[in-house]
Amino acid sequence: MMPDDVLDLLAAVLLLLGAFLSMAAGVGLVRFPDALSRLHAATKPQILGLIFILAAIALSSRSWSTLLVLAPILVFQMLTSPISAHMVARAGYRTGNFRSDLMHVDDLEEVVERATRESAD
Amino acid sequence: MTNTGTVYPGAPEAVPPAPATRKELRWRLWVQLPLLITLVALWMLLWGTLSWLSFVSGMLVAFAVTRSFYLPPVELSGRFNPFWFAVFLARFAADLVVGSFGVAFQALGPRGITRNSMVAVDLVTRSDFIITLTSIAISLIPGSIVAEVDRHESIIYLHALTTDSDEAVIALRLKVLSVERALVRALGSAADVKATGVLAMSGPTAGIPVSPPRKGRDS
Repeated sequence: MMPDDVLDLLAAVLLLLGAFLSMAAGVGLVRFPDALSRLHAATKPQILGLIFILAAIALSSRSWSTLLVLAPILVFQMLTSPISAHMVARAGYRTGNFRSDLMHVDDLEEVVERATRESAD
Repeated sequence: MTNTGTVYPGAPEAVPPAPATRKELRWRLWVQLPLLITLVALWMLLWGTLSWLSFVSGMLVAFAVTRSFYLPPVELSGRFNPFWFAVFLARFAADLVVGSFGVAFQALGPRGITRNSMVAVDLVTRSDFIITLTSIAISLIPGSIVAEVDRHESIIYLHALTTDSDEAVIALRLKVLSVERALVRALGSAADVKATGVLAMSGPTAGIPVSPPRKGRDS
């Protein structure tokens, strides 16, 4: 087997792994019960899934210029996805888009209540 | 990401920038230098060329961006330990893989998800930089999302999947604190390194907010 074949095989495996994670994210979106937990499914496997896909592209193209394009994609994804997840989680929590019967501990409830009271005064 | 929409009276960014002396100006430039370099590097990366033209235009754009979108300068600790940073990256990568497949199998598995929690974790550091990095790292690790940050008390509130018992909640708190500690070892100030080291000895009660936040927050 040539070294190139090995790299191509590796790229194929990585592509499949990335595809699997993306599919799991889609299934999670449907199956998870409320907005907050769906958020986990939607945003999370994506990071590793994206890393797998980008690694597969880098392995199959094997050029520096591709790598230089792929790197900022990953960096921006890693910087922006926590922020969007944070904003949706924050809004989702405050608008009550979650099932409190599924909450084991809720440390935030009291804090938000007090803040709402204080801002009403 | 940490302070979105939460305005505290007296917070650093509320103070209008005072007229700067020459020395102050030089200090501010020095503090902003890493940001400027990053912006220029990014600009050149996006153009895909390493040339003087892209460097000079990148410099101009970086200055324009930092002037027009003013942010309080990020206060770095001035410490950087490559070894501990590598340790952090390795642990982060491991967490990423374990968490991703964990959430994926939860989505596909027959049991689905069980119970979740919104957990408050009282961080040791008071540095905005470390709080932000910890929140980003925690948010990137699948299974937990930072939903709210109390910057004054440095408490982060995170929503976590399958934290269905008190043990799981405690384990999550210790996990967050260990991520914080790893980051502090790599990038934090010497005082923070000491404080996190002391905290690591204090056992499972660590990270529970002692006093609830008192400041008013917007709703």
